Amino acid sequence: MTVIGKILSAWRSRWFALLVSCLLVASASAAAAGGGKAMSVQVKQGQVRATPSFLGKIVGTLSYGDRVEVLEQKAPWIRIRPPGKGAPGWMHASALSEKRILLKAGGKEADVAASGGELALAGKGFNADVETEFKKKHRDIDFSWIDRMQAMKVPQEKIGAFLKEGGLPTSQGGGK
Amino acid sequence: MRSLRSAAVFTLFLGGLAGAHGCASFEQVAKAGTSFARSQGVVTETQAQSIVKTTSAVAKTFEDITPEQEYYIGRTVGAVIVSRYKPYANAEANNYLNLLGQTLAQASDRPETFGGYHFLILDSGEINAFAAPGGLIFVSRGMLRLCRSEDAVAAVLAHEIGHVQLRHGLQSIDKSRLTQALTTIAAESAKTMGSKEIADLTRAFEGSITDITATMINNGYSRSFEREADAAAVSILSRVGYDPEGLVAMLGEMEKNLKPGGLDFAKTHPSPKSRIDDIRSLNVGGKAARVVAARQARFHKALGNI
Repeated sequence: MTVIGKILSAWRSRWFALLVSCLLVASASAAAAGGGKAMSVQVKQGQVRATPSFLGKIVGTLSYGDRVEVLEQKAPWIRIRPPGKGAPGWMHASALSEKRILLKAGGKEADVAASGGELALAGKGFNADVETEFKKKHRDIDFSWIDRMQAMKVPQEKIGAFLKEGGLPTSQGGGK
Repeated sequence: MRSLRSAAVFTLFLGGLAGAHGCASFEQVAKAGTSFARSQGVVTETQAQSIVKTTSAVAKTFEDITPEQEYYIGRTVGAVIVSRYKPYANAEANNYLNLLGQTLAQASDRPETFGGYHFLILDSGEINAFAAPGGLIFVSRGMLRLCRSEDAVAAVLAHEIGHVQLRHGLQSIDKSRLTQALTTIAAESAKTMGSKEIADLTRAFEGSITDITATMINNGYSRSFEREADAAAVSILSRVGYDPEGLVAMLGEMEKNLKPGGLDFAKTHPSPKSRIDDIRSLNVGGKAARVVAARQARFHKALGNI
């Protein structure tokens, strides 16, 4: 083996050790997750359900940035306790973020946001102001259909009926 | 030889540093590593600068785009699409598409996006479909005319949901543009944005929209992105109970109907035949599509005259 070969193989094993230790740390923190951890609602409106399924009864609705306490995980569903007096229930993991979402700029917490990846500032970056600015420069681009599209809402009970009528299994709530 | 060895020593140092710091971020490691290497004369000042720059660039990717920002990008991408293709204002057909699409989206790995999934038919004879970031999905009348069953429409929508779930649109934003925009956002995040920041961000926003729409409308995604979206579609269809063969059947129709040199799916997607081959390699089985009378009836009622 040449000198370079030796160096390279030492380098490789070092990286391998680093990878293994990173994985160990990651799995240890995953195991600790569950009780008492807090997460944030990362969608405009998040539904809380009685059972871990989209077909479960909706027991509450939370807003963007709301902090919830994690009670139990049953991937991809998470049982949470909402802030305030709301009843606990299930939310799909895709509606929640590990990050704290701050709704207002300014203040001490927001200063931390710039340095850490654990905070997200709502309304920052590409936002309604940027869209307004864009619209001013591109008057030919029409947003009215986008607004109409987003106003089209499908009630959950219609989805349940649609699945049933179509002979589609509803046991797992229409999804994973 | 000398320079090769220096490079090896330098990399070894990077490795050692990472080991010592446990799981310290790569950016920190690279920064410290370059200052050490610079003092040893292994890299020049300019090279050091560029290493630090590139690693910071790596640290900011499409994954740093928040769901809220994705939502605003998606709205504008959608607006560009409906400004180019007129929407098809048939309430019954659009309601059916939304009901079917929502059912499928709930079975995806990413059922919840900031503003949710919404579907709209485009009044165009082209064989086309688009998925704007965040879940705004558009399907042309030309595409729907190729569908012979609800399962086939489900296959088209599931493929587009796959693109949203995998955030393919956001990944077509030019990397340096994105890094710059995200750096501005991060640097300014402690303060309220001023008019200069909004102007800068609007420019980055415009550029991002152009990158995404050019990819979606003109150039198409890579074959691997299409393969991933097809694989996502197969899993969504199976979870809901649709026959994944609906996707293969739909691709068969496209194979027959896409015109070589066309400006639609013919231009932006790999050939249907190669997509069928890729789906076959997923081993989804080859059972014949099951026709369910109730599904067929509602499909004809909503889209029979499309």
